[in-house]
Amino acid sequence: MSGHADVIVVGGGIMGSAATFFLRRRGRSVILLERGLVGQQASGTNFGNVRRQGRFLPQLPLANRSRAIWGRLNELLGEDAEFLATGHIRICYRREDIGALESHARSVEEYGLKLELLSQNMLRDRFPFIGPEAVAGSLSPNDGHANPRLAAPAFAYAARRQGAQVRENVEVLNIEKSGEDFRVETASGEAFRAPAVLVTAGAWAARLSAMFGEPVPLVAHGPQMAVTEPVVYAIRPVVGVYSQVTEEGVYLRQVSRGNIVYGGGNRGPALIDARRAYVKPQNTLRQFRQISRAVPALGALRIIRVWSGIEGYLPDMIPIMGPSAKAPGLFYAFGFCGHGFQLGPGVGDAMAELIDTGATVTPIEPFHIKRFAAAPAVGAQAAARP
Amino acid sequence: MAEPHVIVVGAGPAGVRAAETLVAAGLRPMVIDEDACGGGQIYRRQPANFARPAEAIYASEAGKASAVHATLDRLAGRIDYLSNTLAWNIDDRLLYVVNGMAAAELPFDALIVAAGATDRVMPVPGWTLPGVFTLGAAQIALKSQACAIGREVAFLGTGPLLYLVAHQYATAGGNVAAVLDTSAKADRVAALPMLAARPALLARGLSYLRDLRRRGVPVLDGVVPAAIAGSQEAGVQCLTVRHRGRAVAIACDAVAMGHHLRPETQLADLARCDFRFDPPTRQWLPVVDRDCRTSVKRIYLAGDGVRIAGADAAEIQGRLAACAALQDLGRAAPDIGAAALRLRLARMDWFRRGLARAFPWPWRLAASLPDNAVVCRCERITAGELRAAVRANGAPEVNRAKAFSRVGMGRCQGRYCGHAAAEIVADAAGAPIESVGRLRGQAPVKPLPIAAKGAGLP
Amino acid sequence: MPPRFVRLGETGRRPVTIEIDGEPATALEGDTLLVALLANTGHLRESEFGDGPRAGFCLMGACQDCWVWTAEGERLRACSTPVAAGMRIVTRGAEKLWPSRM
Repeated sequence: MSGHADVIVVGGGIMGSAATFFLRRRGRSVILLERGLVGQQASGTNFGNVRRQGRFLPQLPLANRSRAIWGRLNELLGEDAEFLATGHIRICYRREDIGALESHARSVEEYGLKLELLSQNMLRDRFPFIGPEAVAGSLSPNDGHANPRLAAPAFAYAARRQGAQVRENVEVLNIEKSGEDFRVETASGEAFRAPAVLVTAGAWAARLSAMFGEPVPLVAHGPQMAVTEPVVYAIRPVVGVYSQVTEEGVYLRQVSRGNIVYGGGNRGPALIDARRAYVKPQNTLRQFRQISRAVPALGALRIIRVWSGIEGYLPDMIPIMGPSAKAPGLFYAFGFCGHGFQLGPGVGDAMAELIDTGATVTPIEPFHIKRFAAAPAVGAQAAARP
Repeated sequence: MAEPHVIVVGAGPAGVRAAETLVAAGLRPMVIDEDACGGGQIYRRQPANFARPAEAIYASEAGKASAVHATLDRLAGRIDYLSNTLAWNIDDRLLYVVNGMAAAELPFDALIVAAGATDRVMPVPGWTLPGVFTLGAAQIALKSQACAIGREVAFLGTGPLLYLVAHQYATAGGNVAAVLDTSAKADRVAALPMLAARPALLARGLSYLRDLRRRGVPVLDGVVPAAIAGSQEAGVQCLTVRHRGRAVAIACDAVAMGHHLRPETQLADLARCDFRFDPPTRQWLPVVDRDCRTSVKRIYLAGDGVRIAGADAAEIQGRLAACAALQDLGRAAPDIGAAALRLRLARMDWFRRGLARAFPWPWRLAASLPDNAVVCRCERITAGELRAAVRANGAPEVNRAKAFSRVGMGRCQGRYCGHAAAEIVADAAGAPIESVGRLRGQAPVKPLPIAAKGAGLP
Repeated sequence: MPPRFVRLGETGRRPVTIEIDGEPATALEGDTLLVALLANTGHLRESEFGDGPRAGFCLMGACQDCWVWTAEGERLRACSTPVAAGMRIVTRGAEKLWPSRM
């Protein structure tokens, strides 16, 4: 196992795994270092939504790039992570929210995303399982969902088969500039060198960015997820509730085996040091009410498991992606604020392009880390401590 | 402190004795019982309109069973007894329960979990056919519903329950096709010194064996289960085992299977109690001190829910746990003769270890399960699919194997596949069993209805 | 399937009429729903994953193998539910029962 490569990727979630895969495809030698097992953290515990609808508009080119890759996973990786283009519907309960759905539909047209607005009657006709409280909906026919437990490992292990070094159970302790290269030291006593480093360490990335004088106010929250017993497959699109009330914002998807996975509403505690996250039992009970409003038939079912995960959030709900502002050769892609899963393949592809060629055709300026350079970060002291 | 809230989960022998001890100390504990009328599993009560006397149901244990029932009934006015209530999660000194569709959160100052046990099973090819049940199920059908699980019942597994239930069926007029023990005579001989710690129990076990033989029931030991065969139309029709190098086919329409018991530790897990690997039984068990304290303040475990030691030990642990809770709450505890009780427990523990030695968990059978054998009943995941998940993607531990293969993701949350799955993962990864870990507990403890509402309890 | 369980006693209890797949069936008061069903037939439900009929496993509410559908689209865990007159259980073709408008 060589200690030197063109690129070292720190953090084996979907961002790092996809970047490793696409860098390898570009002929770069890559070492991916993952503290646990690839895809175990946010990438493996999120809802599994593969949607472009409902995003911060400047993310759409990246989301489009990613969606194109989702559709080609079998060809690229030899497996599809159970991606299904089932469509994604956002419903709302209040007439005053219809305007937001309509204006979003207009805004995304210029990015090539065509949404279909549905009246209450149209919802009832086409999607009779949706509850009567829904007054309108917005359908994105080519969005869908996938299995988060499978996606990041699919990229990482495909990259390994292509010749990338994928090292699991290796914790990075320190990264520093050493001549032309970066020197990455691990808890296993190894040292790796590369002229380029990509930090995709999720909720733990702030400690690493702080090493280069770029602290960011990254905090961790846990999604509150649950899954029902399997029932006959009847709910094809992903369903999400659009609401100004946090607790109402639930989302659900039925997998082809029949279980219904859902989440949303309030977030839960995520402990980055202990690497544990929990579902608050009160949230489980609150979600029951909301999920039944969205799809009343769920009221007949039982949940058989809940889980959470550790997702990194920035206060502006925008990820950090792009080159470092301080250290040439250092790159970041982390802090996707609970909406990174769909973007993963696109982020990996765009970052690989950026690292390989020096530029990417996908606009990512709004995600630059320099936006946090002005003010000292909340929790920057904590982030800088190892 | 104002009257402390103490909750006991479980109304079997451990839970009842814990509640009794707390009441004797002047408290009014809450007792949460998933069932309707107490007794747990071993002393499960028959429905009110059944006529059989206690002796017919509990045989030699009738006195103990009746005493536990009588105590629970006597405590009625002095405890808050919540029957048909499931404790499904725990967080921050709150116990989350549900009764039908009514959900509630119950604050506690101390929690004694006496959640009991289930059968421990090793999958056998064909075990999802209608007609395959656990030994415990066969016993419940007889004890609390006066039914046999079939017309010709084959009993397969190991442990004292194997002989006890077969004997109970034979005595009650059921047809016992065969008793098939995976343990070898040599195991039992080696364990004799430890089993002699409880001579009455040992004698009783031997008497069951003699009685079965006298009735002409084939009793084989050292068997290797091969397959349960049948059809989707009829269910179980035949059980095949290998015995002394030969295939033996037992015609039957029901199989009762089990290899001892395994503790129900889900609440302890959700409460974040420490667990430790127990090499003699090859499983992870919650850590308790000799007074039933766990690693989490104010949470105590008693009975078969922490380690399988039987009903008598459960009654003692229930008392010890209650006294520990009282002490930690700064309340005077009744004098239960703790020192003498601990001595008795020690003897029972010696016997328990003898049982594990005499009737070992046949862990090697997992590795020799054919690839097409179903391991996870709920999700229908085969041994081959589990092995593929381990080898293809290098899943070196059970939660990772679960994430890739779905083993343990079904309704039973790994209760019946978890141990065999761990053995298969260890074998496929070439790793020691302890290193593959255990399935991490996730709420709810049992399936929770989406229609549940938090309006409080009736 | 022919009845699976065999009554060894306690048969002097009051009969209770239920429906299994649309046909009337007799159980005895005090039976669990599981016993009521298996005293009349050989299975409780069909496995969701194509491996055929299931008839329960643990009888103590742990394995969750005995969840049945009622004709009204409700779910009952048969081993821990006392049988009641008028219960209508669907053991085959239960897919049609969900989703129902609630």
